[in-house]
Amino acid sequence: MDKSEKLALGLSGLLLVLFFGAIMYAAVAKDIDVPTCITDMDPFVTDTLFQTGPDTYELQMVARMWAFQPSTVRLPVGSTVDLYVTSQDIIHGFKVEQHNINLMAVPGAINYMRVTFNKPGEFMYACHEFCGAAHHTMAGRFIIEENDEVTEMIGGSL
Amino acid sequence: MSDYTFRFSKSDRRLVAILIVIPMVLLFIGVYGGLMQTLFRAGIIQSDPFVGGDYYKGLTFHGVLNAIVFTTFFAVAFGNALIPYSLKMHLNTKIAWTSGILMLVGSVMAAIVILIGEATVLYTFYPPLKAHPLFYIGLTLLVVGSWVASANWVPLYLRWRRENEGKKTPLAVVGIFTTFIVWFIATLAVAVEILFMLLPWSLGWVDEINVMLARTLFWFFGHPLVYFWLLPAYVMYYVFMPKLAGGKLYSDMAGRLVFMMFIVFSIPVGTHHQYMDPAISSQWKLLHGIFTFAVALPSLITAFTLAASLEHAGKLRGAKGLFGWMWKLPYFKKENWFFAYLITGLIIFIFGGIGGIINASYQLNTVIHNTAWVPGHFHLTVAGPVMLAFLGGSLYMVGQFMNKTIRLKTWAMIAPYVYTIGLLIMSYGLKIGGLMGMPRRTNTGASYANPDSVLYQADWMPYIDLTVLGGSIMFIGIVIYIISFFTTVFSKSEVPEEDAVVTFPISESLHDEPATWLRNFKPYIIIAIILIVLSYTPVIYDVLQATYGGSLPYSPDSPVPLR
Repeated sequence: MDKSEKLALGLSGLLLVLFFGAIMYAAVAKDIDVPTCITDMDPFVTDTLFQTGPDTYELQMVARMWAFQPSTVRLPVGSTVDLYVTSQDIIHGFKVEQHNINLMAVPGAINYMRVTFNKPGEFMYACHEFCGAAHHTMAGRFIIEENDEVTEMIGGSL
Repeated sequence: MSDYTFRFSKSDRRLVAILIVIPMVLLFIGVYGGLMQTLFRAGIIQSDPFVGGDYYKGLTFHGVLNAIVFTTFFAVAFGNALIPYSLKMHLNTKIAWTSGILMLVGSVMAAIVILIGEATVLYTFYPPLKAHPLFYIGLTLLVVGSWVASANWVPLYLRWRRENEGKKTPLAVVGIFTTFIVWFIATLAVAVEILFMLLPWSLGWVDEINVMLARTLFWFFGHPLVYFWLLPAYVMYYVFMPKLAGGKLYSDMAGRLVFMMFIVFSIPVGTHHQYMDPAISSQWKLLHGIFTFAVALPSLITAFTLAASLEHAGKLRGAKGLFGWMWKLPYFKKENWFFAYLITGLIIFIFGGIGGIINASYQLNTVIHNTAWVPGHFHLTVAGPVMLAFLGGSLYMVGQFMNKTIRLKTWAMIAPYVYTIGLLIMSYGLKIGGLMGMPRRTNTGASYANPDSVLYQADWMPYIDLTVLGGSIMFIGIVIYIISFFTTVFSKSEVPEEDAVVTFPISESLHDEPATWLRNFKPYIIIAIILIVLSYTPVIYDVLQATYGGSLPYSPDSPVPLR
């Protein structure tokens, strides 16, 4: 191995360590993580939304061919949502526009992520795993409003 | 050692030619499917004008034919050519033909059920979407055929080692065995998924399937699959390219180290495709992320070694200064058309590699997972360096093995450049669209890109239009290639059959160290197995622990299960 090869190898290693350090920093110091294994939650088949604190909510969402239940969720600005999602038939998935939330909805498993909505607006989520002939019509949205009092779920099974 | 010729038997030559020409036809069907994808996504077409069916059927044959069928055939043909050539020994012809026939029968079977619309499950075939049993059987035959082919090379290698004690195995042979060691370990998982889960379930022998388990086994296979694609391209980069550029491989040891690192780190990384999945603890996802970073290292070493080799070649051609060599390489020499396929692929791979590191970066994956960014990324890898190297290699090998002179060399030389321009435009459109939230695997033309739909997303449109532009240019590039390829295939040989010999552009090394610690696969395979057990045991445990119920099969056309 000549000098330039050693240098290249060292720099490559250093670069990867640096990237990895950034990941660890985000995970540990900023608490930005990926979904983990949920075992302490009973399986659910219907969707529900309820308030758990002044600005916190729990949303249980069910994905199915070809709709999200609920398809519209209305919440006040500043809401933090504990979002649980499952599928009642085949694999689905979604990402909420402009938010760091991305979840696979898999039958026989419950997925979870926490998300905070800090700005008002409408944020779409489109199904992003192929789920059959009408997959491209499967979408929903969060409507985040300045007005404090509104919480509402549309298109659910309630 | 370079520039020698080897005389293959007529039957061996014919087999290599068949293993290249027939998949080329399937590839072209898949490429046509790719062009249709971009038109569907933009809402320009609503059903396939020639093959019939919707976007998802087209997406299935585009993925299966291009990413699984074409690549597997090429890797096998490449091994059937380079192993005997490098070791100067003859293959067992009967076994080689058996493997070829298994692969052909399997691929045609799978292609037919896809094209009649009985297997619209995409190339990942996630349950509980169910395909026709012949789809799973076809894929199994393709994989088993590739196992048989690679098993046929082992006795040659062992005999060569006995007869050439103390000598270094030719780098091409190391690379090809690396490819197939990774492939063999990885396909074991998908074999378990298909034979013990999907096939009996699709035949109705069992009712239910554990979707998360099947998905996890798929990705055990799915990520090493990308190295199975990439490694034959690496063999061409290390072994052919320095010579084609007019220089030498900068370091032989770097090549050997890279291949051994791929054996060690290719497989315990699959869960990075499942960062957003339920039922797997985040710390195991992180572990797979760490190994993914480790497998980036051999590619960074490759970037250095190949650039250094090209720099050496450029300086031999009279280049001066720090960057002068870049302008002295034979980019547009029609006699050296093969170089064009390799250099364009390498340039694309700079972007492909950066994208790969982004995808691997754990929580950063939240931003891009399953968005259009992902196909934007993998077209810069499998449809970039891999595809271009395989196209160049295919043309070179039909010339050699069918005993033909390459026709339309200017066309052959220009095709990869046209394709590259199209690819960069298309991938840019997909990637930016993905960052805006555009999903992958979605017929956007029928909803998000349709101005009459309530789901219309006006801000995605410029990027969807870019994919149409880029995809069309890519298609033109492939048509130029196909014309040159089939003109060569159907041309008359200029050399009499008895004098037909094969040669490959094998590079010499500038630095040729003994590298005794890199001469044996065994320790690296053992380390790989240890890492696989360590990284996958907790993942499988989590999946079994956290999932409940089983899934009945579904057709893509109805929300009601099939039984």
